[in-house]
Amino acid sequence: MVEDRRLGDAIAYIILTIGVLICAFPVWLTFVASTWDNATIINGQLPLYPGPHFLDNYYRILFVGTSGSTREPVASMMLNSFVMAMTIAIGKIFISVLSAYAIVYYRFPFRMAAFWIIFVTLMLPVEVRIFPTFKIVSDLGMLDSYQGLAVPLIASATGTLLFRQFFMTIPDELLEASKIDGAGPFKFFKDTVLPLSLTTIAALFVIQFIYGWNQYLWPLLITTKDSMQTIVIGIRKMITTSDALTEWQLAMATAMLAMLPPVFVVIAMQRLFVKGLVETEK
Amino acid sequence: MAQVTLNNVKKIYAGGVEAVKGVSFDIPDGGFCVLVGPSGCGKSTLLRMVAGLETISAGEVAIGSRVVNQVEPADRDIAMVFQNYALYPHMSVYDNMAYGLRNRGTPKDEIEKRVAEAARILAIEPFLQRRPRQLSGGQRQRVAMGRAIVRKPQVFLFDEPLSNLDAKLRVQMRVEIKKLQRALGVTAIYVTHDQVEAMTLSDKLVVMNGGQVEQIGVPAEVYRKPASRFVATFIGSPPMNLLPAKLDGHGIIALGDALLQARDLREDLATGTAVEVGLRPEDIEIASEGAVGSLPFDVEFIEELGATQLFHGQLAGKPFVMQAATGEVTAQPGRLWISVDPDKVHVFDAESGVRLGKV
Repeated sequence: MVEDRRLGDAIAYIILTIGVLICAFPVWLTFVASTWDNATIINGQLPLYPGPHFLDNYYRILFVGTSGSTREPVASMMLNSFVMAMTIAIGKIFISVLSAYAIVYYRFPFRMAAFWIIFVTLMLPVEVRIFPTFKIVSDLGMLDSYQGLAVPLIASATGTLLFRQFFMTIPDELLEASKIDGAGPFKFFKDTVLPLSLTTIAALFVIQFIYGWNQYLWPLLITTKDSMQTIVIGIRKMITTSDALTEWQLAMATAMLAMLPPVFVVIAMQRLFVKGLVETEK
Repeated sequence: MAQVTLNNVKKIYAGGVEAVKGVSFDIPDGGFCVLVGPSGCGKSTLLRMVAGLETISAGEVAIGSRVVNQVEPADRDIAMVFQNYALYPHMSVYDNMAYGLRNRGTPKDEIEKRVAEAARILAIEPFLQRRPRQLSGGQRQRVAMGRAIVRKPQVFLFDEPLSNLDAKLRVQMRVEIKKLQRALGVTAIYVTHDQVEAMTLSDKLVVMNGGQVEQIGVPAEVYRKPASRFVATFIGSPPMNLLPAKLDGHGIIALGDALLQARDLREDLATGTAVEVGLRPEDIEIASEGAVGSLPFDVEFIEELGATQLFHGQLAGKPFVMQAATGEVTAQPGRLWISVDPDKVHVFDAESGVRLGKV
C-alpha cells in the first residue's frame, strides 16, 4: 500500500508539473522575448533563455516609449491604468458597502424595490449600455479624464449583493448589543460591521482591481489622447502597426509590466484574506 | 438600582398577531424576577420590550419612576446578556467590556478601573487581551456578564443566558449569577424556559403561556399552589400527573373506583363536577392495600436516577409517574398501593384548567 501511495503521489506531481509548465511557459516566453532585441525575435530563432537586453528594453519602454504608433512611455500608461483600477475598486466598495448597509439595516419605504432595482442592473453591464453611457459621459465633458474612465464602471450590483449576503449573516444580537452599548447606526457600521467585513472587502477589492485593470472596450472608446491611454490599450497599439515593424521585445516587456500590479494586489490581499479568516468569526 | 413596573403591556405585530396580551407586574428594587414559559409564550418579547429592542404596542414600562416607552435602549440604564452572548468577535475581551463605556464618554481611567473590577469578580483577568473566539463557552458567558456589570446599570436583563452551556456549567453559572446579583443588588429580569433555573434563581416567578401571565409568585408558592393546570405541569420535574376525575361530595374526589381527599377546595362546587386531579410524583406515599384513600398503581418499569427512582405505570387507566428514594420501594413491576396527603392534592377545573382552591 505504501508503494501504491508513492506511485499515486508521483503521478499527481507529474500531472501538476505538466499543468504548471503549460501555464508558465507562455509567461516565460514573454519574459525571454522581452530581454532580446527585435531582430532575434523577428527571425524566429528566439532562444529559451533570457538575453542581454533586459535593462535597455525595460528602460526604453518605461520612460521613452516605442517608435511605433504609440509613443507614450509605459510608466504613464501604468499610472493611468492604476488610477482607473484603484478608483473603480475603491469606489465600488464604498458605494456597495453603504448601499448594502442601508438595504439590510434600515426600514424605509420601497426598500425591497430599491434592492430589486439594484439587482436588475446586473443584467446591464457596460457592454449593453455602452452607447447611452458614452453619450452621457461625453455630454458631461468627461472624455479623456480619469472620471470618465472610472465612474461608469463603478456602478454595478455585484458588490451590493455580496455585502448584502454577508451582512445578513451577522447575528441580530450584535446590532442589539450595540444599541444597548449606546452605538448609533453610524458607530455600529464603523465599529462592528466594517471590521467584520474586512475579508469580504479584500475579496471584492482583488476582483474589482483586476476587473478595472483589464478593461479594454471602455477605455478604447473614452480616451483619444495618448496621454490618457491605459496599458491594455497600449499593448494592443504596439502590436498592430501599419507602417513599421512591430517592436516585439517592447510589447513583451509591456505585457510583463502589465502583469505585475494585479499579481501584487493578489499577493498582498491574500495575506489579508488569511489573516481575516483566522482572526474573525461571525 | 430601581424597581421595574409593567402596566398592561401589549405587543401586537404588524400582521395582527398578539404576542403579549396585556401583562402587568412589578419587580421591587434589587429583586430577581424570572419569566418562564414554553417557547413562543411571549417571555422574550416582553424582555425585549423592557430593553427597548421592541416597540411597546400598548401599556407602559417604567424603570424607577421614569416611563421608558419612548426611551432608546442605550438611555434606559439597562444591561442585557444575550443567549448567544453577542460578543463583538473582532474586539478583545477588554474592548468588549469597555465599548459601551467609551460610547458614553466615560473617562479612560474610570473605564480601566471598572473593567479591572469586573474581571476580578468574574475571574476572567487572564483573558482580557484575548478574542471571544479563543474562549470557552463558560468564559464567553462571563465576558457577557462582565459587559453588563461594568455599565453599573439599574436593571440586568438576561435572555436565556445559560441555554448554550453544557449541563454541568449551567448549574455552576446559575449559582454565580445569583450570587453576583445578590452582591451587586441590581434588579434583574431573567428569561428562561428551564423551570429549574426559574425556581432556583427567582424571588419572583412569572409563569407565562400564550402571551399571558398564568401565575406570579414566589417560587415555593407557585410550586405548592399552582394557579392552573398549565403551571402545575410546567413547574416541577418530573411533571405533575394529571388524572380526570369527578367531585363526589365536599373535599372528596372520585378517581375511577377509588376515592381521594382534597383540602381547601372551593365550597360552591357541585357534586359531579368534572375536574382534573394533579398529583406530584414526589408527593406520593406508599399505603397498605385497601386502606382508605389508597389508589392502585400498576408499575410497568422503573427509571434509575441514582438517589431516587421513577416508577412509570398506569393509574386508573392513565399514565402515571411516582418518585421514591432509592431502596424505599421494591423496584419491580407490579401493583403498588399509594396515597397522597390531602394538602398535596391539586384540583383543577376540567375545562378551564383553573385551580379550584380557596383563594
